Amino acid sequence: MKPKGWKDLPPGSVVLEAGSAVKFKTGSWRAYRPIWHEENCIQCLLCWIYCPDMSIKVKDGKRGEFDLDYCKGCGICALECHGKKGKKAIEMVEEGK
Amino acid sequence: MATGLTLKELSKKEDRFTHGHRMCAGCGAPTIVKMVLLATDYPVIAANATGCLEVSSCISEYTAWKIPWIHTAFENAAATISGVETMYRSLKKQGKIDKDVKFIAFGGDGGTYDIGLQSLSGAMERGHDMLYVCYDNGAYMNTGIQRSSATPLGADTTTCPAGDIIPGKLRVRKNLTKIMAAHNIPYAAQASPSHWMDLMKKVRKAHEFIGPKFMNILSPCNRGWRSQTNDAITLSRLGVNSCYWPLYEIEDGVTKITYTPKDKIPVADFMKPQGRFKHLFAPANEWLLKKVQEEVDKEWEKLKKQAECGC
Amino acid sequence: MAKVVAVTGNEACANALRQVNPDVCGIYPITPQTDMMQRYASFIANGKVTTESILVESEHSSMSACIGAAAAGGRVITATSSQGLALMWEMLHIASGDRLPIIMPVVNRALSAPLNIHGDHSDAMGARDTGWIQIWSENAQESYDNTIQAFRIGEHMDIRLPVMVCLDGFIISHSIERMEYLEDGEVRDFVGEFKNFLPLLDLEKPKSYGPLILTDLYHEYKRAQHEVMTKVKDVVLDVAKDFEKLSGRKYGLFESYRLEDADIALVILNSAAGTSKDVIDEFRQRGVKAGLLKPRLFRPFPYEEAAEALKNTKAVCVMDRADSFGGYGPLFMEITSALYHLKERPVLINKIYGLGGRDYMPSHAELVLNELNEIAKGGKVKIIKEYLGVRE
Ligand SMILES: Cc1ncc(C[n+]2csc(CCOP(=O)(O)OP(=O)(O)O)c2C)c(N)n1
Ligand code: SF4
Ligand code: SF4
Ligand code: SF4
Ligand SMILES: [Mg+2]
Repeated sequence: MKPKGWKDLPPGSVVLEAGSAVKFKTGSWRAYRPIWHEENCIQCLLCWIYCPDMSIKVKDGKRGEFDLDYCKGCGICALECHGKKGKKAIEMVEEGK
Repeated sequence: MATGLTLKELSKKEDRFTHGHRMCAGCGAPTIVKMVLLATDYPVIAANATGCLEVSSCISEYTAWKIPWIHTAFENAAATISGVETMYRSLKKQGKIDKDVKFIAFGGDGGTYDIGLQSLSGAMERGHDMLYVCYDNGAYMNTGIQRSSATPLGADTTTCPAGDIIPGKLRVRKNLTKIMAAHNIPYAAQASPSHWMDLMKKVRKAHEFIGPKFMNILSPCNRGWRSQTNDAITLSRLGVNSCYWPLYEIEDGVTKITYTPKDKIPVADFMKPQGRFKHLFAPANEWLLKKVQEEVDKEWEKLKKQAECGC
Repeated sequence: MAKVVAVTGNEACANALRQVNPDVCGIYPITPQTDMMQRYASFIANGKVTTESILVESEHSSMSACIGAAAAGGRVITATSSQGLALMWEMLHIASGDRLPIIMPVVNRALSAPLNIHGDHSDAMGARDTGWIQIWSENAQESYDNTIQAFRIGEHMDIRLPVMVCLDGFIISHSIERMEYLEDGEVRDFVGEFKNFLPLLDLEKPKSYGPLILTDLYHEYKRAQHEVMTKVKDVVLDVAKDFEKLSGRKYGLFESYRLEDADIALVILNSAAGTSKDVIDEFRQRGVKAGLLKPRLFRPFPYEEAAEALKNTKAVCVMDRADSFGGYGPLFMEITSALYHLKERPVLINKIYGLGGRDYMPSHAELVLNELNEIAKGGKVKIIKEYLGVRE
């Protein structure tokens, strides 16, 4: 894409498209990847509320997969997940392994 | 009917702060913003002081904000939002706008406790209908972890480094929440992202008052605290449970502690996982670690008394 | 029907603002501006306007709140002087960078240290590069007229920039002068309804104001900002034409006084131009072809037009009521830049006068005109920059 010239810019540098950061994928920052073990999940949604990158998809109040386009692999979800009977529903694995 | 404060219900709402922002992995601030914005169903317009949150959430044509948002400078988020709110009132009075809108300013501790204190104090005194949220990570993080008046006693920062002669910061934190309450505003509170329900309830309550409200929210920063990327929530919980960061609210001048830890843990438990306090665990600095505990105990006792006497 | 009144410059500006009745105003006291916004506050208190005021705790917050209010979407004013303008400096750049048409009378006053509350142009000259349009005014009438025109200029859809209307502290702000007011309705119609542009309060289309812009685009944004400034001159002239139809008073980019055939000329801003014109008349009576150029639009500066107006003169003195220590006066720098491109150009000298409210007397103008006359006859320039009326 050709970089913008000065005539193409919005006046006053105002960003006109709300939430346009979705076009900026942060998933490539990740060193560790979260893996969801659905069988241990109690659907408490704590992972969803604690995720700083809005990278846990929830539909109709039910947890779905990770959004790896944005997940930065911080591991907060894995640490906060209680899971079932002491077995966590999220595990962090090294990327590329 | 407002959305029920259950995660199931809340998760059905659209995020007002999206992914694609560029805060560090595991930063506490975006979670706080998400919670604050999820807590209310009203339309919200936000202002933001210069700092980590601002520079990482709106870069070039990429904005993580789905609500109207404005950043102007570092020391003036309160003044800026007070202008937006005044225009809203003027246009409403003239019948040019009819919606009910809530106004929120977000500022870091540097932008709030220090350089923005005057502008915040002015806006609170003038009585604008707004909520100011300070995400307190205890230092000027965006410029590389410099000391602020919110930096905790003993902490190692780049401008109060732990050296051979001076073991980090030697002053205690400014108690900003109480300073704000002293403006006789209807609502001031302290919250932590670990206690999401408490935090969101407070935001919701704040919006019920007309006038200026203030919330101070503990915001772990794994860079500046030199901890792990996964411990923002855990650390903020330890902060609460050690009473380093008590959860309370001051409503019309009456103090209420909203969460009392069953077993108050030593503040060292909160400090130990953080590299910024590492030097305090050396034998030579034992006295300072002790002093940190004494200060926390003293403040906690004061707060309890304040809550007991209903003042 | 115009109404003849005897009022101070501050009162005249306050009334212009009242007639426009903006949506929001920031108010903070500083001498000699204080009394302007005090008057405005009483208009609010007595229901003469529907403006919402913000009684800020500093000028920094005043400009910050004005920026917030203007971005929200509506007409916004404030006024200041001296230290107040200096305290706003950071925010002035943000108002223009965000393209917000805030209108601000600046009652010119010296800057500390030492502390001095009297009139000179150091404050507004210090804000020269902030991206604001600057319009300067000789007297109360011009201050009033310029304030009204400023709304049309700044809010023009091709422009959308903040405007400072400068008038001299005390000399104009506090002296009673005979002048004419327009009717309230005439002013209201002249200025028109405020047109919104990218308002934050448009909840349907959420916008983000104030992004971080890195090396890839910042340079382009500033180039775009300059481009807007290049369009200001035409708008100023168009607005002046409409204003003349309404008021009968003529305005341009600057005022040329007896310049057409002048051999020697003064270039001078604001109130001191009045005193100088009288002395120029005396010189003319004596057969000396003297003239004067009084800039009105200082930012953007009308370089070509000023050069055209001065090109046939032999010697020109640029009079500065502000200094750039270690440099020439700010107005001198503009005029030298304007004239440099001419094949034949007048000899230029620079006098610094009237700092901190020091009186500017007809005898000062006389002294300078005599010196210019000598230079025009082939005499030598002794010194380019000199202080006028300073004790040894
Ligand atoms: C007037 C001014 N002084 C200094 C700065 C540099 N500056 C930008 S952000 C920042 C630190 C912000 O610290 P804080 O408010 O605590 O937010 P954090 O980055 O920690 O989230 C500083 C010092 C500035 N932008 N403006
Ligand atoms: S925190 Fe764990 S148990 Fe709860 S919803 Fe997430 S994955 Fe499931
Ligand atoms: S690893 Fe971090 S970013 Fe990824 S889903 Fe879990 S909490 Fe979110
Ligand atoms: S430096 Fe700290 S506060 Fe800033 S984005 Fe990184 S983790 Fe968050
Ligand atoms: Mg900080």
